[in-house]
Amino acid sequence: MGEILRYEHVDISYNQVLTVRDVSFTLEEGEILGIVGESGSGKSTLIKAAMGLLGPSGMVTRGDIWYRGRDIPDLSEQEILKLNGPELGMIFQYAGSSFCPIRTVGAQLYEAMSEHEPLSREEFRQRAVDLLEKLRFDDGGRILDSYPFELSGGMQQRVGIAAAMLLNPKVLLADEPTSALDVLVQKQVVEEMLLVRETFGTSIILVAHNIGVIGAMADKVLVLKNGEMVEYGETQRVLNAPESDYTRKLMSAVPRLRR
Amino acid sequence: MEPVLKIEDLTKVFSRGGQPDFTAVSHVNFELMPGECLGIIGESGSGKTTVVNMITRLLDASGGRITLDGEDITTAKGSRLRKAYRKMQMVFQTPTESFDPRRTLGDGIGESLRNHGMSAADAKKEVSRLLEMCGLPADFAGRYPHQVSGGQCQRAAIARALAIRPKLLICDEATSSLDVTIQKEVLELLGRLRRQAGADLSILFICHDIALVQEFCDRVLVLYHGEIVEQGIPDEVIRNPRNEYTKSLIDSVL
Repeated sequence: MGEILRYEHVDISYNQVLTVRDVSFTLEEGEILGIVGESGSGKSTLIKAAMGLLGPSGMVTRGDIWYRGRDIPDLSEQEILKLNGPELGMIFQYAGSSFCPIRTVGAQLYEAMSEHEPLSREEFRQRAVDLLEKLRFDDGGRILDSYPFELSGGMQQRVGIAAAMLLNPKVLLADEPTSALDVLVQKQVVEEMLLVRETFGTSIILVAHNIGVIGAMADKVLVLKNGEMVEYGETQRVLNAPESDYTRKLMSAVPRLRR
Repeated sequence: MEPVLKIEDLTKVFSRGGQPDFTAVSHVNFELMPGECLGIIGESGSGKTTVVNMITRLLDASGGRITLDGEDITTAKGSRLRKAYRKMQMVFQTPTESFDPRRTLGDGIGESLRNHGMSAADAKKEVSRLLEMCGLPADFAGRYPHQVSGGQCQRAAIARALAIRPKLLICDEATSSLDVTIQKEVLELLGRLRRQAGADLSILFICHDIALVQEFCDRVLVLYHGEIVEQGIPDEVIRNPRNEYTKSLIDSVL
């Protein structure tokens, strides 16, 4: 396994205000890294930086984000557009609202895919149905013919994952992918993401405030507080024997089910 | 002992023109005793909030009866409803939205006191006391909802709910939008207030997080498709769920 993404002493500012300070970590091929922290800790900002999604007011002000020998903050907008999709995929908290409501899922996925490689609608449909089958959807064709609002919240989220996987990215960046879901559905989506890694060997950075989700998925965990790393290490070690006071406080605040 | 809240056969059917009726809540029965904390769990769409909205009369019930402190409030309106609100108060999921953005927290907290005839000076003093009771400095009375954090705003919302000393406090996902550390603090506050009030305060605690309900509630109802599928002491329900749905719900907790 080689490294695929490396953050080196990354600072990120919005309107000259430093929001993420000196974050460093390495993501290996096939690794799942969980980023935990409370609202405003900079979790989302950190992964948005890798996709050039910081917006006009945000920028990486120090450090490097290396993706296979290329430093993402130095890339032009054109180069980033080429990277986003086939190399780096993203899943959002509300996958349903990242779709256009008045067009079918299939039409939108075709558009996204043909942006990166020329292909006919038939080829697209074949590949999309194959992928949906691999990801254990019962009826891929029906999903493609559906409008986003015809799918349940959990299904929309699973489709969002499938959509990101269509271009077979090496890294999947998932920003709170299960936070809006009920526990039953949350479990399905977690299983879906684990299946993606198992099937395609995709590396995943998972941003979540739910430590249960992180514990069930991540190999390593990075704990963020006010934009700074307070802990980084193997998941079981961080969750069971946290070294920093803040991680300890965070863990003790998590309501746990006593069975 | 008389229950503070008695729900009998409560039903809500939503009728939409041209479409089949949708039964959101179906024949729900339960009682809440003085000083008790009752949790209601279930996933989105299970009818938790519809039950609460009927109890608080934000929604008319299609059938059944709601008895608050011995009085039938199923169809209460006007002055009878205002009287009912002296006995029950709510804390909602999104604290910032539950306050008027153009008025200070102090105005919001003191409103019920003023409405019940307290002088402005006394209300001001009482607001300070309530804020401090809820772990906020008294000068927060002068702040606007957008000037405080979510957790602080929820503390203020609890202060507002307890201002007229209700017998029943209804928390509808009151900690769900908060970070875990803040959630813990707010729950500790609710727990402390509850211990201080003893039998004078009962809580109806709507929550989708089973672990929280286990920690906080004396009894729990599991709602599924608008029906109560299981009820009991949280520890027992969680260790030995009898209903299939409850079982899968508990197994899904990561």
